[in-house]
Parts: sequence; structure tokens; C-alpha cells
Amino acid sequence: MNGKTEITEKYLDLYKENINKISGISSPYFNSFRESAFEKFSELGIPAKKNEAYKYTNLNTFFDHDYENYFMPVPADFIKAEPFRCEVTDLDAYGIVLLNGFYPTLNEKLRQLPNGIWIGSLNEAAIQFADKFEKHFGKYAKSETDGLVHLNTAMASGGLFIYVPEGVAMNRPVQVVNLIQSDEDTFTQHRNLIIAEKNSNFSIIICDHTLSPQKFLTNAVTEVFVGENAHFDIIRVQNEHNNACKITNTFIHQEKNSVTSSNNITLHGGLIRNNTYHYLGGEGAESYSYGLFLADKWQHIDNFVNVDHAFPHCTSNQLFKGVLDDMSTGAFNGRILVRPDAQGTFAYQKNNNILLTDDAKMDSKPQLEIYADDVKCSHGATIGQLDDDALFYLQSRGINKREARLMLMFGFAHEVIQNIKIEVLRERMDSLVMQRLKGELSRCASCMVKCG
Amino acid sequence: MLIINNLKASIEGKSILKGISLEVKPGEIHAIMGPNGSGKSTLAAVLAGREFVEVTEGTVTYLGKNLLEMSAEDRAKEGIFLGFQYPIEIPGVSMVNFMKTAVNEHRKHKGLDPLSASDFLKMMRDKKELVEIDSKLANRSVNEGFSGGEKKKNEIFQMAMLEPKLAILDETDSGLDIDALRIVANGVNKLKRPDNSFIVITHYQRLLDYVIPDVVHVLYDGKIVKTAGKELALELEEKGYDWIKKEIENNLVA
Repeated sequence: MNGKTEITEKYLDLYKENINKISGISSPYFNSFRESAFEKFSELGIPAKKNEAYKYTNLNTFFDHDYENYFMPVPADFIKAEPFRCEVTDLDAYGIVLLNGFYPTLNEKLRQLPNGIWIGSLNEAAIQFADKFEKHFGKYAKSETDGLVHLNTAMASGGLFIYVPEGVAMNRPVQVVNLIQSDEDTFTQHRNLIIAEKNSNFSIIICDHTLSPQKFLTNAVTEVFVGENAHFDIIRVQNEHNNACKITNTFIHQEKNSVTSSNNITLHGGLIRNNTYHYLGGEGAESYSYGLFLADKWQHIDNFVNVDHAFPHCTSNQLFKGVLDDMSTGAFNGRILVRPDAQGTFAYQKNNNILLTDDAKMDSKPQLEIYADDVKCSHGATIGQLDDDALFYLQSRGINKREARLMLMFGFAHEVIQNIKIEVLRERMDSLVMQRLKGELSRCASCMVKCG
Repeated sequence: MLIINNLKASIEGKSILKGISLEVKPGEIHAIMGPNGSGKSTLAAVLAGREFVEVTEGTVTYLGKNLLEMSAEDRAKEGIFLGFQYPIEIPGVSMVNFMKTAVNEHRKHKGLDPLSASDFLKMMRDKKELVEIDSKLANRSVNEGFSGGEKKKNEIFQMAMLEPKLAILDETDSGLDIDALRIVANGVNKLKRPDNSFIVITHYQRLLDYVIPDVVHVLYDGKIVKTAGKELALELEEKGYDWIKKEIENNLVA
């Protein structure tokens, strides 16, 4: 057994049996990464409890399960999903609909938006934009400890590609609605690449929704390149059922003077793990990492953040919040690494959590590694209940206890939401959070789209 | 309006109020004065419905009803308002949303429809003007980042919005500069009507230069030890509380 777990063995076999099939639809350049990634995965395996970064999150039940489908949907699935092609309603955005993380490759495989922005299938981009693809693909998604990143590189069969050329400022965000739907229990691994060149300005909203009750496991990797002086915002809205597990690995590489923000909003989900890596790879770069989750029942939500200050005079700020009800559990792990040359660093981290019951549980772990002298760095974590004094203050004005509790939870959550720059989306998120807190969130309510 | 009869209360088993009786009639302003630790804030907390204070004896009748059986929110909707000594900061909850919810809860209680957004904003504007509160405060989160004076003015603003029948102001004057003090006092005077009443809890006589009380009570060691007209406040200012303490001790000896 080589010391490998049975679960890891299962994926090693799966790779060997299917590598030809996967490679058949990807470009040679993509495929050139697979073998070494596979070796790295077989060395690291599926993260287990002994992996410090996964101490609080047990992935076994999802990785142990035998799925009926492990790969990219076939054309027939895309056709079946056609009725769900949705129209984005009040949000003024360019809408893209994905199925289980994959861009539908039925018709137009790459779509051109105004100002020379391209969006579409990763495999198609690997051919049509070979130079850009090869310059960036596989350069940012790196991990010495997390086997899942390598499992994705070894086995991902496609995903989404976005290219924003130099100097282009997008007037509207792109909204990606990812429908998770299948008649069979499905494990998907998709791979996204976003390139925002020098001086560009781009926002993307990715909404994940499970539409069918099957068991789903997603292990996604997104690589983002943000060029010099560019501005990039990514907002994820996760709304998945309790029998779904989502693992996102987002690697944001920043050049000099660029500004990025990432916001993970988890409204609902069985098991969610968001790994967000910020690499401040040039002087004067700024990165903002936000997260909010609302958990109940047996849900488990885990945010893992890694901010790497590799250059001087960069700023980073993390704000993560969680509201945990029933028996739900959560984890936050925020690492700040300030490398020896990164003088003049500002790095902040805040993690606040509210436990609504005695059974809910939260683990919060700051991890600061500072190797430079001229650094301003702070972190704070709280795990507590709703503030009794604040509750009484609201009640003393005639607001009933239930409403007062809702207001406090909403206010708590709003501190994360308020960082969303797009006003319509901010308001929309506020109302979704309120619905979720009231227990009125339905699948389609959060979809922001009208299906039919 | 309010009849308190032999009220005794304790916090975590420690007896704080040791038999308080007083009656507030419509249109009256009562001042409750007393040294630190005498039980002034505990009395306010009992009247507003704070749960950590345990009432062990006595009755409180408000407009003919047993006040002690009512929840904090019901007391508020029945017209009781507590101005906090230390107003609470609530990040993420806007003043507008807070007040709109509160005003509409009051309206619902009276069988009225909720105010429209425009009517509500007009009401906010009018009341802000009435109490001379900075209009920017209303757009911020409740008390968040407010200075001490702003917080107290915000209490008066909320009082103006909710139009209580009985307002209990718990050391609303403490920590205020003279301008803020005048704004707070003017707020009280403008909101005073023949059918509503105020209980003004204060450590100093200062506020009573602007808000003229009908009755002044001195609370000491959980009991009302002296009740008189407004001249009592002046006497206390002049002589301090030691004079009262001595008088009580002498009485005990005699």
C-alpha cells in the first residue's frame, strides 16, 4: 500500500484508467503537466486529518464515495441542461452559464465581449490563444502540501477561460452561473484560467447552484493573473445542497501596483472548503480577501487563506465571518507570510464568528510568519454569541426578540457584504443573506436568474 | 402613569434595590439623584425590562398594567423609553433600518400600517431638526464610531422618533460638554407634553438647570431617602451627598 490510503489509491487507479480519455480533449501543453502533477498527488494524497491545513475538515465521506461520473459532461448533458439557460435579471452583467463547471462546448466555444475580452472553453483557448495560455497556465497553482491541487492538474478535463487585454476596463461585470446538475452522483474537476493584463479592470461573479439532489463533489482550481496596475475582483456565491461538497482552489497572482479582491459568500452548502491564495508578486500590490458563511444543520464550511507578501510595500487585508446554527461546524485558517525582502508590508486579518447554539463549533487559526523587520501586521479572532446588550438595546426600542436577533446577524454579515463594490450586487447579497437568515432561501431565489 | 410600590431587586443574588416606592403622574418630570452605586441604573434597568435584574418583591404598575410581566419590547411599544447611559454600538445595522423597524413595530402595535419609505424619511428629517442632530448620523451604523456626545444625542433623537409616554433617561447628561447638554435638554423640553412623563436619572444637578423637575428624589443604598421639589437638587449641588448620608445616620441613631 506504500503508506497511501485506500481512498488515494482509488484516484490513482482512476487516473491510470482514464488518462488517455482526458488527454484526448486537452491541448498537449495542458497534458504536459499531468504526469508530474500525478506523481505529486500520489505523494501527497487526498488531504487527511494529519495534514495540518485540513485538521478540521474531513473529506473522506465525499472522496470515499463511488461516483457514477468523474469527467466532463458529454454533449447530451449540455443539451439536457439547455432549459436551464438562464437570463440574468436585474444585475447588469454579461451572463455565462456553465454546467458542472464546464463551458458548454456545443456551439460557440469562445465568445468575444466588447473591447476584445474573450470568454469560453479552456480547451479551446489552449488552441486559439496558445501563447497566452502557455504563458500563464500552470504557473500559479502550486502547493507543497495540498494533493487536491495536483489531482486537479492531473485530471481536469476543461473549464473556463477569460482573457482581458491590456488597458481594458470592463464597464459591466461578468456573471458566471454554474449549474450543478446531473442524474448521476458526480465528481467534477474543472480548471479555470483568468488573465487580466496590465492596466485592465475586471470583475467576475461566480454563482454555484446545485439543481438536482444527487451527491456532488467538486474540486476546482482557478488561476488568475493580474497584471501591473490592473484591478480585479472575484465574488463567489455558493448555494449548494447538503449532500454536495465543494472545494475551490483559487490562486491569484498579482503584479506591481495591482489591486484585487476576493469575496467568498457561502449561503448554503453541505461541505465547503475554499482555498484562496494571494501572491503579492510586485511592489505596491494590494489584496483584499473577504468571506462570509451561514451554516446550519450538519454543514461544514472551511475557509483557508494564504497571503504571500513577496515584495516590499504591499498591503493585504482579510476579513472572514461565519454564523453557525444547529450542529454546524466551521474553520478558518489565515496565513500571512511576509518574506525577508517584503519591507513596508501592511497585513491585517480579522475573523469573527457567531455561534447560535451550544452544539455549533468553530475553529479559527491565524498563522503569521514574518521574516521582514519593517512590517505592520495585526490579526484578531473572535468566536462568541450574539451580544446580549445589543439585543436588549434593539428590544428596548420595541423590536421583538426574533427580529432583533435577525438584525444583529444581518449587521454582522453586512460588514462583509459592504465590501462588494457593485451596488446592485451588494443589495442583492444583503437580501439573500436576510432570506437565508430567516430560513426562506430557496434554490432559485439565490440564482439571480430566471429559469425556464 | 407609573406606580412603583416597595420594589426590591437584586443582581446575581446581591440586593440592590431595597424597597422603592414612587408615583409619576402624567406631565411630570421626576429627577432621581444619588451617589454612585445607589441603585439608579438598576432601577432604570428594571423599568425597561432588563432580564439580569431579578425583582424579588414589590409591584410596578404602568398605565394600570403590571409592568413586570411585560417583555422589554412590549414595554417599549406601550410607550416606555430608556435612554441608555452607555448606548450600544451595532455595526452593520444602519440607523435608518433600525428606526424604521422600531417605528413600524410601534405602528403595528397601534393597528397602523407601516410608514411608506418617503413618509418615514420625512419623519426622520423632521425629528432630526427638532432635536438638532447632525443629519449625517442617520446614515451610519447604530452608534458606531459616534463620539460620547453623539451617542447621547442619538438617544434623544430615538426618543423623538418613538414619542414615548414615559421616558427614563439614565444619566443621559454624563460626559456631555455644555453644548451637547443643551441639545439633550432642549430635546426633552420640546418633547414634553401634558400627557407624557420623564424620569431623569442624574448624578449632577447640571442638567436640571435646563430641565426643570417637578419632583426630586434622592436614592441612597437602594432606597429613596428624600423626596422634595426642585430646590432639593440645588441643595445637593451645594452640600454634596454627605449631608444626606449624615442625616440618615443621625436618624438611625435617633
